[in-house]
Amino acid sequence: MHQVLSSTPEGIFTINVGPQHPATHGVLHLVITLNGETILKIEPHLGYIHRSIEKMCESLTYRQFIYVTSRMDYLSAHINNHACALCVEKGLQVEVPMRAQYIRVIMDELTRLASHELWWGAMAMDVGAFTPFFYAFRERETINEIMEETCGARLTMNYMVPGGVMADIHPQFQQKVKQFIAGYKNKIAEYNELVTGNVIFQNRMKGVGYLSTEDAISYGCSGPVARASGVACDVRKRYPYDVYAQVQFDEIIETAGDSFARYLVRIREMEQSVRIIEQLIDNIPEGDYQAKTKAVLKLPKGEFYQRVETARGELGVYIVSEGGTTPYRIKFRSPGFSNLSALNEMAKGGKIGDLVATMGTLDLVIPDIDR
Amino acid sequence: MLNTISFEAIKTAVQQWLNMHWGPHLAFIAECILIGLLVIVFFALLGLLLVFMERKVSAVMQIRLGPNRVGPKGWLQTSADTLKLMLKEGLTPDGADKFLFNLAPFLIMIAAMLIMVPIAFARNFQIWDINIGVLYISSIASISVIAILMAGWSSNNKYALLGAMRSGAQIISYELSAGVAVITMVMLTQSLSIQDIILSQQNGWWIFKGHIPAIIAFVIFMIAATAETNRAPFDLAEAESELTAGFHTEYSGMKFALFFLAEYINVFIVCAVAAILFFGGWMPFHIGNWEGFNHIMDYIPSSIWFLGKTFCLIFLIMWFRWTFPRLRIDQLLNLEWKYLLPISLANLLLMTIIVVLKWYL
Repeated sequence: MHQVLSSTPEGIFTINVGPQHPATHGVLHLVITLNGETILKIEPHLGYIHRSIEKMCESLTYRQFIYVTSRMDYLSAHINNHACALCVEKGLQVEVPMRAQYIRVIMDELTRLASHELWWGAMAMDVGAFTPFFYAFRERETINEIMEETCGARLTMNYMVPGGVMADIHPQFQQKVKQFIAGYKNKIAEYNELVTGNVIFQNRMKGVGYLSTEDAISYGCSGPVARASGVACDVRKRYPYDVYAQVQFDEIIETAGDSFARYLVRIREMEQSVRIIEQLIDNIPEGDYQAKTKAVLKLPKGEFYQRVETARGELGVYIVSEGGTTPYRIKFRSPGFSNLSALNEMAKGGKIGDLVATMGTLDLVIPDIDR
Repeated sequence: MLNTISFEAIKTAVQQWLNMHWGPHLAFIAECILIGLLVIVFFALLGLLLVFMERKVSAVMQIRLGPNRVGPKGWLQTSADTLKLMLKEGLTPDGADKFLFNLAPFLIMIAAMLIMVPIAFARNFQIWDINIGVLYISSIASISVIAILMAGWSSNNKYALLGAMRSGAQIISYELSAGVAVITMVMLTQSLSIQDIILSQQNGWWIFKGHIPAIIAFVIFMIAATAETNRAPFDLAEAESELTAGFHTEYSGMKFALFFLAEYINVFIVCAVAAILFFGGWMPFHIGNWEGFNHIMDYIPSSIWFLGKTFCLIFLIMWFRWTFPRLRIDQLLNLEWKYLLPISLANLLLMTIIVVLKWYL
């Protein structure tokens, strides 16, 4: 029959997963070499949503370029903005008021919660359970409403500016966050009951997509992916910024290195985020929410680097300044790109079903990988 | 009888009328045509109803409203969807084996329709009480795997082929334990005829008076039935996040709708068979010799009993789907060959002992 299903005599054939495929959560394209159902090799093809964000930033001023970065890892928009703001502040040597620092960290952690929520729902959907998605979105909606009230937007908030935050928090902000946090602890227990404890789910996740500590380091993995392989790499702990140095929280590290470990790291990170918010929300100091800065920012000649912990891992912002109003060159070190590069190592030798279980725990956001 | 307007009465009236006005041969042909039309209408209505039910059940499980715009409380949503599917173009991909590609959806529907034959919908309301009814059902049910393999292979699509091969491995494996579970019950009733199986539950359903083996057989049958109908947590053949849509990836329009419909019809059928084997089909809830109680139960029409039991079991299967994650292909086959099949064989042995020693009521 025609040129049906070309395969080698050994039965090895390739399939294209993506750019449009339900498991890739975006326009990622994986060329997979298969022997029956067993995966021999995975080649990620990138670039379907490349928007030249780094190049665009070169023609925008230091106030403007931050807004573009919300579109990179859109689930960690606050944290991306935070990284850029910190980097510019480093260059300007501006002291950020305490109030702004508190607000920033609370917003970061709320973003992390919202991002992990979405990951949890999508993860369960990848392994075939549709219902958790709606439970996750119920809570994510509350966070989005809190964000909307204070920042005026739900996804690309653009709230952090060099020197602080754009506007003061909404009068109801503290009360609403406290209300949300109070109810949220039960929700994590509910998630564990719904998905974590499920036998089928554990069978699908345990021992699947193993990534050794050495590989995690050599592929440059960061965030929950690396921490599940036993790499202590939480930027909030190792290189604290803003008020992270003053709050108590645990760096979650698992050593199993499989999909289930990555799953547990994220679930337990949610608990830690709640803990951080709890410590800060009642103690937001009075004062300015923004440092006094010039209308037109000019960074001194030199190179500036700042790293932050997004929901996916370590985001680095590297600015080269020639002393003008726009950066000479900007480079983002995105966590998703490095994490994706380890996918071949993790999924090789597994089944197609394992691939989605592994890819789900990488928590890929494709615009973050392509930029 | 108790109910003057029962299905049985209607059937008898129609039969008499036909025989009175036409010759016996013509009457028989007319009856066949009538039954055929009824089955098609029933299928269409059942499909619409079950799809609507699935959407509402999933909505309840997922804390949302579900369809509520088209018609009163969204009741016409599925009809609107069907209309849309009818108006869509049924694409045949380039390089597909056109004959098999177009045949597969019809084959799967025909298999589903044929299984209807021995199912008793109400007291004495059955198309044909074949003396090997249960055997007939399990053998016809196997045809659907051919249709799925045909669809997967002829689509000229690797996803479809992978889905079809998964489905083939899965259905063939799970038919074994479904079959053994059915045989366990046949051992009790000592008849393959659906009518006899139902009548043997006159003084209590087998799930209650069949001791532990009947309960084990029921659990195994429900698991195997879920797997055989390719529904979550055993929906590997169309695993959305892995194989986009599995064996029916390339189908569109009404051809896709036929696969979709067949899935729901198959769910109805396996639940109907489970209701017949374990819950007495149309037999009302009777307790031994409690004449008064049994008499009250008889007032509820037999068709309500049958459909009620079947829809409760359908709800159970839908509940599975919206609760569990999906198994992996090797875990799926492990579950069958390492656990379900040995358990069901041991269960069969246990049932044999019980039957030989006449421990049942």
